[in-house]
Amino acid sequence: MSTAAAGFARAHKRDHRHVEAWKGGYRPYDLVKEFVVALVVVTLLTVFLAVLFSSPDDQPVTIARWARADAKDFTAAALSELNGTSEVAQYGPPYNSTPDAAQKIGPISLQTIPGVRIPIDTATDLVLNPLQSVAGDNPDLQAALSQYRSASPQQQAAWTTAYGKALDSATVSGGQLQVPSGDYGPVAVIMPAELALARSGGLDGALLATKQFYQTDYTKPILFISGGSYFEDQASAHNLLGEQWGMMNETGNWPGQPWLWLYTFWYQVPPFATSGNADALIWGIMIVLSVVLILVPFIPGVRSIPKWIPIYKLVWRDYYKGMAAR
Amino acid sequence: MSTVEHKQWSARVRESAEKNLPPEQLLPDEQPVYVHSWIYVFGVLTIAAFAVVLASGVWLSLEGPTWWHTSKIGLFVNSLHLWSVELFFFFMVIHLWGKFWMAAWRGNRSMTWVTGSIAFLASIGAAFTGYLSQQNFASQWIASEGKDGLNSAGVGAFFNVLNFGQMFMWHILLLPIVLGVLVVGHVLLVRKHGVVPPYPVEGQAAFDTGPEAVVDVGASSDDEGGAS
Repeated sequence: MSTAAAGFARAHKRDHRHVEAWKGGYRPYDLVKEFVVALVVVTLLTVFLAVLFSSPDDQPVTIARWARADAKDFTAAALSELNGTSEVAQYGPPYNSTPDAAQKIGPISLQTIPGVRIPIDTATDLVLNPLQSVAGDNPDLQAALSQYRSASPQQQAAWTTAYGKALDSATVSGGQLQVPSGDYGPVAVIMPAELALARSGGLDGALLATKQFYQTDYTKPILFISGGSYFEDQASAHNLLGEQWGMMNETGNWPGQPWLWLYTFWYQVPPFATSGNADALIWGIMIVLSVVLILVPFIPGVRSIPKWIPIYKLVWRDYYKGMAAR
Repeated sequence: MSTVEHKQWSARVRESAEKNLPPEQLLPDEQPVYVHSWIYVFGVLTIAAFAVVLASGVWLSLEGPTWWHTSKIGLFVNSLHLWSVELFFFFMVIHLWGKFWMAAWRGNRSMTWVTGSIAFLASIGAAFTGYLSQQNFASQWIASEGKDGLNSAGVGAFFNVLNFGQMFMWHILLLPIVLGVLVVGHVLLVRKHGVVPPYPVEGQAAFDTGPEAVVDVGASSDDEGGAS
């Protein structure tokens, strides 16, 4: 270290927060003009892109649209919500407390820490209560709901299992599901009623209904819709599935969120592509990488990368030319 | 100025502002000669794109969340919002990479980097909640897929992507405030500390780049971070 450098280093150590002004030359630089020009350029570029490419707006999937388009898929999904075999019914926190359902990073499960903060009982919330709300003038449906609620879990499972097996050979005619005869108990009334309510659009509203008039929480309908194949088929057609880098894509040919490329990337590669804990592991990785990004100036080695790979010489090439010419 | 005034919070804030950001430093009319590259334009382009994002977002807010689905003008304004966001991220990522390769945290500028990188992450959150607020198929699908990651981290219990009302408020109120504060703080830090000087030329560094360069020369090769 030169004597002068050592002197400056001592001064720096003495008052490490003090930054002396640049001692070299200056040149005129109009920041306000630069910003105004940038604003005009960006505005014009934005208008140009908006006029040329517009923006996508694909219709959302409603439960009514789903039930009308694929009655069998809807009924199968509704049955899985009723008998507790759906993905949501077995999800774990924050929707329910299914044992060992939460994802883990090694022995740690961050998912379980907040507990069940958004409780969802799929049978009650997605099937029985919505039907109860419209069963006032339908004694058969009232009786079926009452019978189902009062039956033992074993009996309920026997009915829904039998109905589920019968669904494999069911046919759809005129929007009605034709299920072969069998011992389905009240489920034989509940499932057609759920389908009819869905096709009428009533289930879309029933899943949003609360004690308030205005509604903004779509947790129940989206969880219900995501339980069927119809929703996933629509996403697949738009190249939005997880294995299609879905989180960063947009419907059609519009750019989505390319800045999510690294997050989406992990889902494409082993072991995450097949891991049951993929979400937790990838979130763990991304949290660590985000912290590293923020703390780059403080991490030995990482903060020296720009010095080792001297791209800075390209940025400041005029300055270094000037220095070399002295 | 009286002694009493010196004890006042108001006086302290004013004196701190005058000391750290005098007018000629807050809005200078000249820059060091090394500020001479196209890479420097991307910072101001990012701010300009952010302004267009805010303006188009305010326009959409004035009309409400469903307007753009039923109005041709609304669709156009939504398109302005979408494309300004795409440009915002494009400029910001180039700005970020540029600052990385310039090691722009040198010379006590670490907080400038920290606020900038947090602003980048906050921007991702703002854009994500925007996609969730579109009220179309993409919103439904992104919510359905996104919930699993958030739930696995224990975040989904508090930040419910299936709750349109909650996500809408985050998008049009909370995150713009967070991002606005971060951007203003970032810019003020840039003005306070100035633009980072080039890596020193061997043997001349101490005289040409000030004490911040001495940190590079005098310490180990890894000791380049802001020590503040």
